[in-house]
Amino acid sequence: MKEILRAEHITKSYSDKTVLKDIGLTLGEGELVCLLGVSGVGKSTLFNVLSGLTMPDEGRVLLNGDGSGDWQDITGRSGYLSYMLQKDLLLPHKYVIDNVALPLTLKGVKKKEARERASEYFERFGLSGTEKKYPAQLSGGMRQRAALLRTYLTGNKVALLDEPFSALDTITRTAMQEWFLEVMEEIKLSTIFITHDVDEAILISDRIYIMRGTPAGLSVDITVSDPKPREPSYTTSEEFVAYKKKIRGILFS
Amino acid sequence: MNGKNKAKEILIPLGTVIAFVVIWQIVCVLGLVPGFMLPSPLDVGAALVSEFPLLMHHAGVTLLEAFLGLLAGVLLGFCCAALMDTFPLVKSALYPILVLTQTIPPVAIAPLLILWFSYGIVPKVILVVLVSFFPMAVGLLEGFQSVDPDMVKLLKSMGAGRMQIFWNVKFPSAMGNFFSGLKIAVSYSIVGAVIAEWLGGFTGLGVYMTRVKKSLSYDKMFAVILLVSFISLLLMEAVKYIQYRSMPWDHLDDR
Repeated sequence: MKEILRAEHITKSYSDKTVLKDIGLTLGEGELVCLLGVSGVGKSTLFNVLSGLTMPDEGRVLLNGDGSGDWQDITGRSGYLSYMLQKDLLLPHKYVIDNVALPLTLKGVKKKEARERASEYFERFGLSGTEKKYPAQLSGGMRQRAALLRTYLTGNKVALLDEPFSALDTITRTAMQEWFLEVMEEIKLSTIFITHDVDEAILISDRIYIMRGTPAGLSVDITVSDPKPREPSYTTSEEFVAYKKKIRGILFS
Repeated sequence: MNGKNKAKEILIPLGTVIAFVVIWQIVCVLGLVPGFMLPSPLDVGAALVSEFPLLMHHAGVTLLEAFLGLLAGVLLGFCCAALMDTFPLVKSALYPILVLTQTIPPVAIAPLLILWFSYGIVPKVILVVLVSFFPMAVGLLEGFQSVDPDMVKLLKSMGAGRMQIFWNVKFPSAMGNFFSGLKIAVSYSIVGAVIAEWLGGFTGLGVYMTRVKKSLSYDKMFAVILLVSFISLLLMEAVKYIQYRSMPWDHLDDR
C-alpha cells in the first residue's frame, strides 16, 4: 500500500508539560486508521499538529498527496488535511447545502456551482431533501452525516475525524458506524479516526494505534485484518473478541 | 404560543393603559389637580390634533438627526467591535475609553458640542453618534467573542482567511447581538437628538418642547412626549421586524 501521510518524531509541550513525545505514524492510501486512547491523552493535540493548526516543538508532518511520489512538508501549515470534530459545527444560519458546500465557497467557487457539486452527494450521504433546511431542523445523526460530507468536500486526500460519533446516542451511533463503513468503501478516503471506544476502533479500522502514557506515545500498531465492510454481527465474533482482549490488555497494562 | 395566551398578553397590558388613562381623565374632570399643571387626556389629544402639522415638521428634523447619527453610530460601533475583536491590543486600549464616554451624561456634552459646532444639525448628530455607538460596539464585540473557537478552528483547517472567518462565522453569529444593540441604540438616538435640540437649536421636537414649556402649554408638552414615545416604539418594532425577517433560522419553530 502506498503511503500518503507520515508523521515523524512529533513532540509537543505546553508550558512545562510534555503532551506528545516522539510520535510517529503512517497512513496508507485509502486506509482507515484509528487512534485509540483514553480521554485527555493528547489525541486531539496530535490532530492539531497533523492538521497544521499547532506547530510541534519537534518533528514534521509529510504529505504525499499529489501522486508524484514527492513528499511535501506540511508541518504547521493548515488547509492540507480535512478535519472533522465531535461537534458537527454546522453554521446555524446557513442552509444544510451551503454548510456542506462551505469548503468549496471558501476556495472561491461560485455559490451556485458549489451547491450543484455538493448536491450530487446528498443521496449517497442519506441527506436527500435536507438541502434547504437549517441544521437545527436535522437530527444529530443527520447533522454528523452533513458534517462528514462537508469534510469530504474539502477535497483533501486525507481526513482527520476527531470522535465524530461520540456525541450521539448508542443506537444512532451504531447505525452511523454501519453507514460510515459503507460510505468509506465507496469514497475510499484515507482517514485517521480518533476514538476512545475500543469496539468502534476494531469495527471500522484497518489498523489501530494505541496512544497512552504521559507524555503520550504511540505504542502499538495493530492490524485488523478481517475483511470489510464488516457487518454489525462482527462485534460478537470470536475474532472481534480476541482483538478486544488484546487491546484492553495494552490499554490497561 | 396559542391564540388564547397571545390575546391575554395583549389585552392585559392594554387594559392597564386604558384604566390609567380613564383614572387620569377622572382626576382632571373632578379638578383634583389644577388644569394648568396636569392637562386631561382629552386636552392632550386635542393638542395633538391641532398641533399635528407643526409636530410633523419638527419630528422630520429630529428623525433626520437621529437617523444620520444612528447610521454613523452603527458603523462606528461595528468598526470598533471588529477592531477590538481582531486585535486584543486595540481592545485593551479602547475599551476603557468607550466605557468612560458612557459615564458622561449627554446633557453635559450637548452644550459643549453646541459651543464647538454651533446651532445647526451637526452637534445633534454627533450627540446621537455618542449615545448610539456604545450599545452597538459592546453588543457586537460580545457577539464576535462568543463564537465557538472550534468553529474558527474548523474554518482555519479549511484554509479560510481572517476575513472569510469573519463574514462566514463571526458576523452571522453576532447578528442577534447586533439587533439587541440596535433596539437600544434606536431609542437612545431619538432621546439623544431631542436632548441636543432642547439645549439649543432652531427646529426639532426638543426645540418645540422648550417653546411650549416657556408658554406653559402643558397639553402640548404632553402631546409631544406622546409623539416621541410613539416614534421610539415604532422604530423599535421596525428593528424587531427586520430582525425577524433577516434571521429566519432563529425562529424555525413557528413556521
